[in-house]
Amino acid sequence: MDFDWMKIPYAFLTVFIVVNYGFLMGALIQKIGARAGRRHGIPIWQYYLDVIKNYGLRSSITHGVMFYLGPVFRLSGGVGLLLFMPVIYGSYMFSNFSFAGDLILALYFVFFGTLGMALGAGESGHPHAAIGVTRGLQQVSMAELPFAMAVFSVALQYQTLSMTDIVAAQQGGLANWTLFTNPIAVAAAMLAFLGSMMRPPFDVFIAPQEIPIGPPTEYHSSYLALMQTNRAIFPVAKIVIYMNLFFGGAGSWPELFVKVFFLYLFSAFVGVCFPRFRVEQSVRFFLVWGVPLGILSIMVV
Amino acid sequence: MMTKPELMKRMVKGPDGLEFEVDPLRDYYCEAPPTVMPGAYIQIVEDFFNWARSQSLWILGFGTGCGAIEMRPLMTPRFDAYRFGVAWRPTPRQANLFIISGYLSTKTLKRAIRAYEQMQNPKYVIGLGSCTINGGMYWDSYNTIKKLDEYLPVDLYIAGCMPRPEALLAGFEEMKKIIRAGKAEGANQYAENFAWYKANQKRVIHDWDMPDYNW
Ligand code: SF4
Repeated sequence: MDFDWMKIPYAFLTVFIVVNYGFLMGALIQKIGARAGRRHGIPIWQYYLDVIKNYGLRSSITHGVMFYLGPVFRLSGGVGLLLFMPVIYGSYMFSNFSFAGDLILALYFVFFGTLGMALGAGESGHPHAAIGVTRGLQQVSMAELPFAMAVFSVALQYQTLSMTDIVAAQQGGLANWTLFTNPIAVAAAMLAFLGSMMRPPFDVFIAPQEIPIGPPTEYHSSYLALMQTNRAIFPVAKIVIYMNLFFGGAGSWPELFVKVFFLYLFSAFVGVCFPRFRVEQSVRFFLVWGVPLGILSIMVV
Repeated sequence: MMTKPELMKRMVKGPDGLEFEVDPLRDYYCEAPPTVMPGAYIQIVEDFFNWARSQSLWILGFGTGCGAIEMRPLMTPRFDAYRFGVAWRPTPRQANLFIISGYLSTKTLKRAIRAYEQMQNPKYVIGLGSCTINGGMYWDSYNTIKKLDEYLPVDLYIAGCMPRPEALLAGFEEMKKIIRAGKAEGANQYAENFAWYKANQKRVIHDWDMPDYNW
């Protein structure tokens, strides 16, 4: 098998672009949320400063090996997700390491970071972290169910597990998007999307007012900075999956930026409009609304 | 000192039936004293970090005294401190600015010390209100400390009883200048004069039931 070495620097370039985009977009969304509360909100470059500051802290303490690995797993979950799918459709440079069965891998990577986090937070020994991460896992697994069903439905619809093929099948006009060819699957997936974006109404397990901020309670300095970097990459990577599966993919960076922004904005809109769910409420929500939709979408296909 | 039963060495039976010894003070805390941590070797890097630190003040959400009520309006649309790079963190691990917002009873002082010690170097302390400067209207109270500076290294005082939120915002700007100038080395000062601070703390806290330094 011949491996294309040139792909490696290109992959770095992808990560670099996405990190910067993620920081700026995250801050912009924060600002939009603040405007909804009639505030000015944070400066647009605030996330850069926070990350630099956290890397620049002089001391950090550890609670064991898994405590180190938690943020590392999380980051590799985000980066892995990004690198194993075609970010820009039809571009040699930015198709990265996508391959025929990448859809399954993507599903796995979505979960990978959370699991790493669970191990790390558990090792920190802080009861808040342990409770927070249990509740987080509970909710994310629930949210994942409708998404997985939607993915199966889409895979059945296009008879393939390759994201590139799925995007290819959606080319040629709005009407070819999965959004219009399989709306029920998209509806189920969008519910799951809300559940996994860690924004209200589904962010109770990291909400400061709940149990002091949940899983990252004990994380600080560079650990926290790693996690913040991931917070920039991961949502973008996740949205890119959604975009590839349901919204026709993107043929160029500007198109990707715009689509990702609007998808993110969707979760932000829902977030400022609705109050938080408690964990058991959100579990019930996904069971009552998400899962039947997912099953229905598979049956319809 | 160390008379509380939950802090004594004892045998504990685990869920699997195994008996083992627990010494809470040794097993649950880290007793290593703080060390002086120099900044980055190259001055320009340190300046750069200081600039980033000054623009990203994460306040520990810990309110003592009346002044705590003055911090809340800062999160609201009226004052909106977020636009100055000020944010609140619920855990001491992630915060780097500790605002002692008013009088500090000796009971709360203990918690304040523990929270302060859990924060990561470099960390800053702002004393808010006259009570932290000289005891304020509680100067003759039997149960509050008078000069905060004797117990924790304070970088900046904001005077008033109680200071308005605008005064706090001005204080943040002043704090940023101090950080940018590289003068906010409270954490190292604390480490250097550790014995002196501990002696002061122990003078007022009579039921000292924790190790001398607890991360
Ligand atoms: S300075 Fe005044 S307002 Fe502040 S804590 Fe003391 S008595 Fe209360």
